[in-house]
Amino acid sequence: MQADVIVIGAGIVGAACAHALAQAGQQVLVLDAGVGGATGAGMGHLVVMDDNPAELALSRHSLALWRSLVPRMADDCAFSPCGTLWVAADDAEMVAAEEKQQRLGQHGIDCRLLSANQLATAEPALRPGLAGALEVTGDGIVYAPNAARWLLGDGGSNIHIEAAEVVAIEAGHVRLADGTQRRAPQILLANGIHATALCPELPIRPKKGHLLITDRYPGTVHHQLVELGYITSAHHAEGPSVAFNLQPRPTGQLLIGSSRQFDTTDMAVEAPMVAQMLQRALRYIPALGDLNAIRSWTGLRAATPDSLPLLGRHPWREGLWLAVGHEGLGVTTATGTAQLLAELMTGAAPAFDPTPYAAERFTATATA
Amino acid sequence: MKKTETVALRINGQTLSVRAGTSVAAALRIAGSADMGTARRSVLGQARAPFCGMGICHECRVDIDGRRRLACQTRCEDGMVVETSA
Repeated sequence: MQADVIVIGAGIVGAACAHALAQAGQQVLVLDAGVGGATGAGMGHLVVMDDNPAELALSRHSLALWRSLVPRMADDCAFSPCGTLWVAADDAEMVAAEEKQQRLGQHGIDCRLLSANQLATAEPALRPGLAGALEVTGDGIVYAPNAARWLLGDGGSNIHIEAAEVVAIEAGHVRLADGTQRRAPQILLANGIHATALCPELPIRPKKGHLLITDRYPGTVHHQLVELGYITSAHHAEGPSVAFNLQPRPTGQLLIGSSRQFDTTDMAVEAPMVAQMLQRALRYIPALGDLNAIRSWTGLRAATPDSLPLLGRHPWREGLWLAVGHEGLGVTTATGTAQLLAELMTGAAPAFDPTPYAAERFTATATA
Repeated sequence: MKKTETVALRINGQTLSVRAGTSVAAALRIAGSADMGTARRSVLGQARAPFCGMGICHECRVDIDGRRRLACQTRCEDGMVVETSA
C-alpha cells in the first residue's frame, strides 16, 4: 500500500485520527507497538471541560462528534449517555457550580443546577449534607479500547494496521525496530506518553493515576460523579493529589478514581495512594465501604505544562504532525483532535481555531 | 473416636453441614455437585466457580450474610447465609 499518512499509535487518539483521515480519502498506515497507554488504563469519561476557552472548544466539539458516531458504534464500545454530576460539597463549591453553568450555558451546552434535595433524589448513595450539583446532560462514557478498535475498522480499506515499533522518525519515513522503513509524505505522532522516546524535545511529563473497580452493584449510582473540588485539587497541584471521581459502568460495576502523581513511571499500584483515593470517595459515598473491589491498576497521562494537547505541525521536523499530550482528557478530545488534524493535514479549513494547541507555544522553552 | 465439630450454613436456601474450618468455596462445591460449585455468572451469563483458591482471581465472589465476599477466603460459620448469583 502507498500510504498518504503514517499514524504512530493505535490508541484512541491515533485511531480517531486515522478514522478522520480515512474519511477524508487518505490512505493511512497505522503503526502500533502494542505497548499500551492511557487508552487502556483510563475511565473513558466523555466530559466537557472548561478550565480555559481552548479546552472548552476542543472538548465541546469532541462531544458533538462522539454523539454523531454513537448511532453507528458497535455495542461493545459500551457508550452510555449517563451525564456528569459535578458535586458541590459546600456553598463555595456551589458558587463554582453556578459559574460553570453560566460558562457552559453560553456555549449552548445543556446543563442544570441541582439543589441539595434534587441531588439526594438523583443519587441517593451520596452522603447527606452536600450543597448540590451541576448536571451536564450531554456527557457520557465509552469503553475506549473497543472504541479505538471500532474507529480503525470503520475506516475500511483506507486504513491499514501494522504491529510494529517505530524507533526513529526521519523526513518522509520512519524506521522500525526490525530495521525496515515505512514511507509516507506525512507522519502523525499519536502515541501519547511514548512520544518523547521519538521526540525528546516535546514537553510531555507523565502524570500517574490509579483506578479501582468494584464488583457489580447495579443501580447504586446513575451518573458519572466528579467533585467540584477536582478542579482545584487535580489540576493545580504539583504534589500527589486525589479527587473524587466515580463512574457507573454499564455492567453495574463502579469505577473509582482519581489520583495524580508527577514524574514517576513506576506502574506499580501504590497502596497509600489507593487508600487516599478511597478515603476521598468514602467522604462522598459512605456505602462504598461495604462493597467488594476486584481490581486496581495504574496508568500514565501524557501531560504538557499548560495541560492542553500538542496538535498540529511539529515546529521544525519536516512532514511530522503531532496529536499528543492529552493528559486525562484524550478519550473525550480524540474526536475533536482528529477533526482538526485531518483538516490541517489535507489543507481544509479547520472547524475551530487550532492556534491554542500548536506546539510552537513551547518552542521558546523546548528547542532541541 | 473423636467427634468432628461441624457447622451448619444455608446456601441458596439449602441447609448444609460441613466440618468446622471448611471454606465457603469448598462448601459451594459440596452443595453443588451438579454445577461444580458455581459461585456466580459473568456479564455474558457464563458460569464462574472458585479457580485460584487464594483470593487473587475473584471468580468466587458470592453474597455472604448480605455482603459480597470471596468464598475461598471465608470460613463457614454456624448460621451463615450464602447466596450465589448462579
